[in-house]
Amino acid sequence: MKPKQTTSKSAFWAGYCDCAPFLLVACPFALLFGVAATEAGLNIVQTMAMTVLVIAGAAQFTALVLLQENAPTLIILVTALAVNLRMAMYSAALVPHLGKASPRMKMLIAYLNIDQTFALSTTRYPQETEWTLAGRCNYFIGASLAIMPAWVVFSYIGAAFGATIPDAFALDFAMPICFLALIAPALRSLPHVAAAATSVIGALALSWIPFSLGLIVAAVFAMLIGAQTELWLSRRKP
Amino acid sequence: MTLDQTQVWTIITALAVGTYFIRWSFLGLLGDRELPEWAIRHLRYTAVAILPGLIAPFVLWPTATNGETDPTRLIAALASLTIGVWRKSAVAAILSGFGTLYLLQYLT
Repeated sequence: MKPKQTTSKSAFWAGYCDCAPFLLVACPFALLFGVAATEAGLNIVQTMAMTVLVIAGAAQFTALVLLQENAPTLIILVTALAVNLRMAMYSAALVPHLGKASPRMKMLIAYLNIDQTFALSTTRYPQETEWTLAGRCNYFIGASLAIMPAWVVFSYIGAAFGATIPDAFALDFAMPICFLALIAPALRSLPHVAAAATSVIGALALSWIPFSLGLIVAAVFAMLIGAQTELWLSRRKP
Repeated sequence: MTLDQTQVWTIITALAVGTYFIRWSFLGLLGDRELPEWAIRHLRYTAVAILPGLIAPFVLWPTATNGETDPTRLIAALASLTIGVWRKSAVAAILSGFGTLYLLQYLT
């Protein structure tokens, strides 16, 4: 029994240490989310409820932007959830590694399934063939515990002190900067760039459509362009 | 700015439930079935298809200047994007964005 326990415990700390560097990204994002949420008119309870219950930065920022544009509730939900749809892909990719865990454990893992924990674990699992199921679960939990408490605390700091920062610091621009910071590292291939360009051109060209619906239409086109560019590139390769 | 409180709470709750369901979907419910190749190919681009279009109007017509294009903010946004893409880093994008904005505001 003993070696197994040691493995699970070390897997937890392996996850913790692997994820810790992401604090550099998560803390500023969380801080700026708190600030942006206050700027958008959310009170501190609402800001913290969103941070803790949704824990998906991009979708949270999306909801904030559309709230400011006075978009209808349904449109806000469809758009923000569409931003999170990639996580269905994450969920499916975790099944081979964690599918045999207890239903309760899987409910916990689902809550902790964010970009960073997913990317780390699906890279590490195939390398650590001696890890037990418990070890793999602990790695995931360790990784999330490195980042999520800070995410919550820094959102709080942003929300609590954002309102006291003078206008001269142009904190209205925190939101655009955060989006650019989310987008920039994601522009890693031609299909991603093509999709992003289509999204911008489409959204601006279709901004006359009421209720921010033009954005959704543009996003569908952008997704198709991304997928088609990928297909086209793969066909060109011999 | 005052927001409709019912709307805000509806969005927080539904977004939380919906996001959780997406994260739990295959792991907890659908199990070991493969997503079709075409679905993955489109899902890969969901975020990058929505976020740029969402923020573009705010960069071109900032709310703080009542929708007037502001050269300072525009240049700061371009710097943030360029350096973020070049360094492949979100932190670099944030720092260069605010850095450029404050520098230009100080100079003008």
